[in-house]
Parts: sequence; C-alpha cells; structure tokens
Amino acid sequence: MTAAPEGGQRVLTGTHFMLGDHACAEGALAAGLDFFGGYPITPSTEVAERLARRLPEVGGQYLQMEDELGSIMSIIGASAAGARSLTATSGPGFSLMMESIGLAAMMEIPCVIVDVQRASPSTGLPTMVGQSDILQARWGSHGDYGIAAFSPASPQECFDLAIHAFNVADRYRIPVFLMLDEVIAHMTERVVIPPAKEIPIHRRKGPVHAPGEERHLPYAIGDDLVPAMAHAGEGYRVHMTGLTHDERGYPALTPEIHNTLVNRLVDKVRLNAQAIEIYDEYELDDAETVIIAFGCTSRSARQAARLARARGSKCGLLRLVSIWPFPEQRIRQLLARGTVQRFVVPEVNLGQLRREVERLTQLPIHRINHAGGAMPTPKDILEVIP
Amino acid sequence: MTASPAVIATSHPNDPLLRADRFPHILCPGCGIGTVIHCYVDAMAESGVALENHVCVSGIGCSGRAAGYVNVDSYHTTHGRAIPFALGIAVHKPELRVTVISGDGDLSAIGGNHLIHAARRNMNLTVICINNFNYGMTGGQAGPTTPRGSMASTAPHGVHDRPFNLPDLARAAGASFVARWTILHVRQLREAILRGMHNPGFSFIEALSPCPTNFGRANALGTGMDEMEVYRQRCRIADSLPPFDELDIDLVDEARPIVVGNFVDIARRPYESV
Amino acid sequence: MTASSNSRRPMDSGQARIPLGEVHVIPERCKECGFCVGYCPEQVLAFSAEINAKGYHYPVIAADKEEACVHCGFCNLICPELAIYTVERERPGRDAPHDEADA
Repeated sequence: MTAAPEGGQRVLTGTHFMLGDHACAEGALAAGLDFFGGYPITPSTEVAERLARRLPEVGGQYLQMEDELGSIMSIIGASAAGARSLTATSGPGFSLMMESIGLAAMMEIPCVIVDVQRASPSTGLPTMVGQSDILQARWGSHGDYGIAAFSPASPQECFDLAIHAFNVADRYRIPVFLMLDEVIAHMTERVVIPPAKEIPIHRRKGPVHAPGEERHLPYAIGDDLVPAMAHAGEGYRVHMTGLTHDERGYPALTPEIHNTLVNRLVDKVRLNAQAIEIYDEYELDDAETVIIAFGCTSRSARQAARLARARGSKCGLLRLVSIWPFPEQRIRQLLARGTVQRFVVPEVNLGQLRREVERLTQLPIHRINHAGGAMPTPKDILEVIP
Repeated sequence: MTASPAVIATSHPNDPLLRADRFPHILCPGCGIGTVIHCYVDAMAESGVALENHVCVSGIGCSGRAAGYVNVDSYHTTHGRAIPFALGIAVHKPELRVTVISGDGDLSAIGGNHLIHAARRNMNLTVICINNFNYGMTGGQAGPTTPRGSMASTAPHGVHDRPFNLPDLARAAGASFVARWTILHVRQLREAILRGMHNPGFSFIEALSPCPTNFGRANALGTGMDEMEVYRQRCRIADSLPPFDELDIDLVDEARPIVVGNFVDIARRPYESV
Repeated sequence: MTASSNSRRPMDSGQARIPLGEVHVIPERCKECGFCVGYCPEQVLAFSAEINAKGYHYPVIAADKEEACVHCGFCNLICPELAIYTVERERPGRDAPHDEADA
C-alpha cells in the first residue's frame, strides 16, 4: 500500500484499503469540498466522522448541526456564499431534508447530499441495507424540479462519483444525490486515488461582468438554461427567494412566470440528460435477458449474468451508475434492437426502479424484491433467468 | 393659518440601501416591519462594514419579506430555517456581517431548535425577531408569543398557553447580546442592531411591532397608532438587568409593564471554526 | 441669593442654536399610518386634504408650523415606508432663537 501521509493534504494520492463512507468523504475533499454540515445517522456517520477530522486539516469548515433540517440548510447557505458543500444522512434524515432540497432546487443553489440507504420505512433496520429511497430522491420534495442521483457500487466509485456529483451540481445548479447503500458504505475495498492534477474540477460559472458594472440579474438565462451564479459577499447584491421569481430574483407571483420557471428547473436536467447519465454495460450486445441493477445489488447481478452466460443464456447487465436522470434513451435503444425478451430488476425495495422500466416497455419484467436488510445473491437472480 | 405642503420628494436618502424599485412595500399601514427595516439599513450604513459584506437572511412571514427590500445580498428562505442558512454563510465567510430578520413564529416555533443552538454556540449572527404576537401573513393565527388571553384566528376562545419570554430564552440558550425594544424606540433599536453587528457572537434583538390588520383587529386594539399607544404607555425601559421573569409580556394585566432595554451584553467566546 | 434657572444654564447657551428642518415627503409611499403626525415632538405635521394614488392622506405642514421643525429626525426613522425625512436649513433672519431663557 502506498498511501500518502494525511494531515493537511486534500488529495490522498495513492492506493488505499478504504471504507466506502470514507472513500466518499475523500472524494468530496478531492473535489474541493469547503463545508460540511451534518448530523449523525447510521450508516452514514462515518462520512461525518472522517470529515470532522480531515476537513479542518485542509482549511474547510465542519459544522455539526442540531438536526438534519439545520444540516441541509447550512450547506445551502454555505453554497450560496460560494462553498462546495456536502451533507450525509440516511432515510429518516433524508425525509427531514426534503423541504430544503426544494429550496435549493428553486433558488438553484448547488449542493451534494449523500444518502446511505438503509432498510426502511421509518426507523426500520438502522444498520442494514436498503435501496428504497430511489423514488424519494427524484420526487421527495413538493413540486416539480430536476435533480441528479448517482449510485456507487464500490468504495472506488464512492470516491469517483463524489467528484462527478460536485461537477454536475455546479454545472446545472441543482441538488445532486449520492445514493449509497449500507453494504457499499460499510464495505472496505481497494481505492486508488489519482494525483490532484488529474481530478476533474468544473466549477459553477459566475457572472461575466464585474460587480457594479451593470446590474446583475441572478436568474437571467442563456441557451443552456443555467444562470450564472453570484455569491454572497462578491458585491453583486443578489436577492434569492423560494417564492416564484423573475430574472431579478424578486417575487413575481403569476401563473405564467411560475410555469416558465418550473419548466426550466426540470428542463435543465431533462434536456442535458445524456451529458449527466452514466451506466455500465456487461454483455448487452445480443442479450435476450437484460438485468437492470444498481448499488450493491449490481454486484450480485454481474455474477448472475456471468454464470448465466457460462451456461449458455444470452444475458447482460445494464448497471445504472446514474439513477436519475433514468437512462430512458439507452433502454429504448436496446428495445429497438428487437433481441431483448425480458428484463430482470433486482432491488432492495418493493419495486421502485421497476416502475421506471415498466414505463418504457410491455416486455415481461421479473422482479426480485426484498424490503430491506438483505441483498439478493447471484443465485436469487440466476434462478429467474432462463 | 392653513396647512402647507412639505417639499415633495421622489426618493429617500436611504434609498441606495434599499431595493427602492420595489417600494412602496407590501406591508400594511401601521405595521412596524418597515420601521425595523429602516433601523437595520441605518445601522448597516453606520456599521463601518462595507455594504458588500452585509448579508440579510429571512424566513417566511411578513417579517421575512424584509430581506427582499434591502440592497445587499439577501436570501428569503424557508419557514424557521433562516438561522442555519445564515450560519452556513457566516461560517464559510467569516468576514461577512450576517443579519437574520424574521418573525416571532418563524424564529421561536418552527425555528426554535435552530435559535437555541445558534445561541448556545454564540455563533456570529445578529437576529432581529420582529414580534407582532401572531402569524400575521397567514391571517392572524396564534403563535408561541401570543399573550395569554388574546384572541387569534386559531384561538377563538382566547389563548391559554403561556407565551415565550424571548429575551429570557435567548439569554438562557447562550446569546451574548440580548435586547428588546418596540418600533417606537427607533434610536435605541438602531443602536441595538448596531451593537449586534459589532458583537462577534450571537445577538438577539426582539422588536415589538403593531399588527393592526390581524393581531390588532382581533384584539380591538384599533389602528397601528392605537396599538403603538398601548405599547408606549405600558413600556418601561429597564435601566439595569432585570429579573428575567419581569420580561414576560402580559397584555391583559394593564398594571404590568412591558419591559424593554438592552438586557445582556457580555463578552463570551464566540464560535470559531476548528 | 435665590436659586433660579440661570444658575443651571450651560455657559454656551447664548450661542446654541436650535436647528431648523425642512420636511420632505414622498406622497406615493405614504400609507397614512399616522406615526409621523402623532409622534412629531413639535406637532409640525398634519394629514393632507388630498389623497395619493392609493387613497391615503400624506403628511403636510400644519398651520403656522413652517418654522417649527427642529430636524430631530424622528419622523424619518419611525416612518415604516421611508416616505418622509428632513433636511437642515438656515433659519431666515439674523437673530435666530436661542435658549428659551434668553428670549
């Protein structure tokens, strides 16, 4: 192991044997994390504990808040002041954060939220795996808005996707979710951290004019539907509100303005889906059975696909790395080929991802569901593949 | 022997501190929130801190609309959550002067947990709590500061609960500067806000305001002016730190004064990032 | 020697001048709350006969009060609408009023 020494070093370049939650924290640090506001909750607490030590060492701020509502609001405020900011939670805290997530979406303030899913609903099985917050990540706050959500299937991906999440959040000025699950978060595996100069960091775009040169319109938009972001303390005198607002950021309470604004919040992501989506494919070219899986489940799914191929079944795996936007176009491409006969959607919930597949096809979809606490084995998945 | 016109003006000298293109503001005739805004921008101008370094964060309610009228970086956030949003800004950029302006229900009901913890940690915020004794914007519902015996739309039989004594709450939680004034005491209020801006820790300033449209009307208090007169006559300025239970507000017992003043002003170690 | 107010008079009271203010009003902002009219320490203000576009009576100078404003700034600060302020001006005439004891 050639781990670099810690203490004061943002990017721990080298090869590590690292816990998923810790890798997530290190990915955030490598991405330039400035501010963490959080509250402990199993199985996400290790993210906070790691950052409580590491973030002050690299000049960032770690703030432990009194609850999850304070946590999410503190990271949105810090981001409004220019910080790359993060919080980490699990199901019960995720639910508490929902109103504020809507505020971030409405004000278009970028932030990254880690949800380490556990068996739910309610207190559930706090120390055991779940994957049942998938739909909540997309629809959890009231109203329509656009977000992105990524699901790592290894500690390495916890690191890599943290960096990607910050870039996506900044690029589109949206909340972005890192949907870990308890298995990945509490798994220890090889994580390779590259040199700092190889880490891609793409920050949010600021106003092109200097403060005072002309009046800054916080929500004036160009072709890409994403306004330039001025931060508190830069001299632009922005006003931001959760009310429906016009270009100036002032409340403008008409149905027409509301419809235009909210459609843009959705379109920002929808029309840029291809740039945001990430998926991993295994043996899909001639597949008759396509498994769609994410997170810990995808590890069993890959083995099931391998075993199925070994015994002669034409089976492939579409592993979702981005859950949202859901890769509709890719699935339609697969369907258009005409070779797919069935889908298998294993998930540690009672059919949340399945609904997205059902929207796109009339083909049979074999469900492998468990409410939480246990993930499917390769054998569980192999059993339904002809 | 007749009245004569004053000089007609089209702008106020403080307009550069305001989003004057949005004036006249939405607040009712006789409401004191505009006065608090005025005291706040006046204090800002005197603070010695450049306007670019002032930030205003508000919650939801009539008081929460204040952020939309001041010409600094301002954020009109969600109900009860202005304080943690403000904290994020203040901790990330400690050179900024962050002021929270919000209402009694926003800060002490739904926002109560954030209030007490920010005070406990003596975070560098100035919190101006405009207490008009009800939830005004939504039509005059009872809240945690509605005095016992008062009427409100959700207390048609009168409020029976004991209301918060906000200065006592802030002090007990750990605030290092605590004051209460009415909007009649404009100079003291402005000075208290200025003191709050200079305090490196948590400052809590309660500003009692008339709400003629809702609280005043439900309690037969007349116009804003009439309601102000009630407060003016009942007010006693504390010239030293009083026992904190004297700061309870009781509008039924006319013999009981409404005590105002600067109650706590101590040097206590403020929050510092590790 | 009898005690009189003279023994307590500031030594420079002969030079102290009472400021004179000129009231400026933005009628379109006024909402007729009455705070300025009611709380002016010199009762300088009264409600106009005319109304503004929203139907409110705004402050005007009350009868015989053209020289009464002392530029205390209270109306300015108390107004919730930021609709009134005063500007200091020179008193007309050479002998401005001083401390009352001199008059």
